[in-house]
Amino acid sequence: MESIGVLMACPMSSYLEQELDKRFNLYRFWNFPQKNEFLTQHANSIRAVVGNAFAGADAELIDSLPKLEIVSSFSVGLDKIDLNKCKEKGIRVTNTPDVLTEDVADLAIGLMLAVLRRICECDRYVRKGLWKTGDFKLTSKFSGKSVGIIGLGRIGLAIAKRAEAFGCPISYHSRSEKPNTNYKYYSSLVELASNCQILVVACALTPETRHIVNREVMEALGPKGVLINIGRGPHVDEKELVSALLEGRLGGAGLDVFENEPEVPEQLFGLENVVLLPHVGSGTEETRKDMADLVLGNLEAHFLNKPLLTPVV
Amino acid sequence: MDQSEEQINLPELLVINPPPVFIVHQHQFSTKFKLLKAYESPLSTDLFLQTHAQSTKAIICYGKSPITSNILHLLPSLRLVVTASAGFNHIDLLECKQRGIAVVNTGDVLSEDTADTAVGLLIDVLRKISAGDRFVRSGNWVNKVQYPLGSRLGGRHVGIVGLGNIGLKVATRLEAFGCKISYNSRQKKTVPYNFYQNVCELALDCNILVICCTLTVQTHHVIDKDVLKALGKDGILINIARGPIVDEKELVKFLVEGEIAGAGLDVFENEPKVPQELISLDNVVLTPHKAAFTEEAFSDASQIVLANLEAFFSNKPLISPVIDV
Repeated sequence: MESIGVLMACPMSSYLEQELDKRFNLYRFWNFPQKNEFLTQHANSIRAVVGNAFAGADAELIDSLPKLEIVSSFSVGLDKIDLNKCKEKGIRVTNTPDVLTEDVADLAIGLMLAVLRRICECDRYVRKGLWKTGDFKLTSKFSGKSVGIIGLGRIGLAIAKRAEAFGCPISYHSRSEKPNTNYKYYSSLVELASNCQILVVACALTPETRHIVNREVMEALGPKGVLINIGRGPHVDEKELVSALLEGRLGGAGLDVFENEPEVPEQLFGLENVVLLPHVGSGTEETRKDMADLVLGNLEAHFLNKPLLTPVV
Repeated sequence: MDQSEEQINLPELLVINPPPVFIVHQHQFSTKFKLLKAYESPLSTDLFLQTHAQSTKAIICYGKSPITSNILHLLPSLRLVVTASAGFNHIDLLECKQRGIAVVNTGDVLSEDTADTAVGLLIDVLRKISAGDRFVRSGNWVNKVQYPLGSRLGGRHVGIVGLGNIGLKVATRLEAFGCKISYNSRQKKTVPYNFYQNVCELALDCNILVICCTLTVQTHHVIDKDVLKALGKDGILINIARGPIVDEKELVKFLVEGEIAGAGLDVFENEPKVPQELISLDNVVLTPHKAAFTEEAFSDASQIVLANLEAFFSNKPLISPVIDV
């Protein structure tokens, strides 16, 4: 298969890069500053694109790769892939579901604890040498707080399972009510936000869910409410989020994703009630390897005419 | 009856050093008790006790207000020690027992918050939450510095040292994350977890140790060089119990030399002193003994402290005795 051209959209995993290099003719897109020149030269040998949460295969790229057969995403999110275009052209698409579910859910709970219990603030405080006996700023208890989940898919359910172990009542909002759960369903996101203390974004990013967490939702969540985003930056109206936090209309936020990564609104840097992470939801050695193996497995299956492991299209 | 006469009829409550719970909820205490505040007196503690507390029956204390045999000796009428904390290692229990003095703590009301802190610290260490937040705020993400990967929590074997109120809550929380739970405790319990007679053997089989036991003569430095070695290079230590349960000098050595993978610490041997070597490490998370410092915990703690005092002064059964008489 060493003659098959695979285009890797951006750096994402040195293990994956190495393995792709071994098995295919790997093109590293980021090494070619003149993208048009590159495409003119090599487009005809590229039969696969490997993308992730930052860069995938938009309509423009798909159109410029006439021999493209498969897009294998190193992510479960598909928002960076023009799925309709792929369907139109008979291009297969795979992603990496299940293997990252637990890590993302773990991080969501970790963020909830970090924000409510001000763990990062405490750690900063100790490292600065500010700890004296007799200081005792009180934080907010996590156990028993009501958790509202936007999107009750694999990740949403995994978050619910964990939060339940802390005695948190669970409610959710999604496109439709799910059978087989005892969690309270809200058909209105504003109503969900009004009725929970911690709101976590766990749905897919689509044109319908862009800015689903808007000013109204944040105000419904309120000055004691906490927003956790482990979905995609564009789920949340970031400009509104910043002003809601600065003005105290929203109680706090734990954010793993942002609208324009790696840019993070600097006004958040001075706040103690936010925790900011560099998109590490699936960022463990174990999970990234599992994700890479899934990408490799899907590509191999495709080029050996076997059934794809985790097809989306 | 006027105000001052009412005051005179209130039972006395001695406070040598005010517990944080007491400070935050003081108004609830001042309406029910005649407060003897040794800390506000120009007299030395000993002199204050000798002058004002000879008929005092009850005292409220906490870790930084220890009840030593010396203090007990100066309080001939004392019948009740209340600590506004779960821990009671700062109280001379033997002396209290011999003198027929009852001791109460805050029972189970602080356990959830303490367990939450243990889990929060663990996820933070494994997934680099505090380190990641530092990274973002430093502007390094924009500068395309690669951020190192963390470690998966699910599937890990967690050893809980001390399966009491707090340890049990840590266990049930971590089970939901797919962790396997084992424990060491003074006695085997009826729980679906594997019991280890020996902390070292527990550490050998686990790669996460969470310290949840009381500090006693037996548990002092029980987490020593041998246990840390057994825990191993991929091991994580979480301590939300008491600093002296861990040999801090050895812990620092193991962390600095990379002989264990990381630690989440809420308590230290000489609070508020934290070993300087830890300050520059990215694989530790340090909090200033705040595992139970939430609004809710303090509110519940003051309620149970008051309930115990009320029970004591009306000759009813104590709510959360450590020593009952």
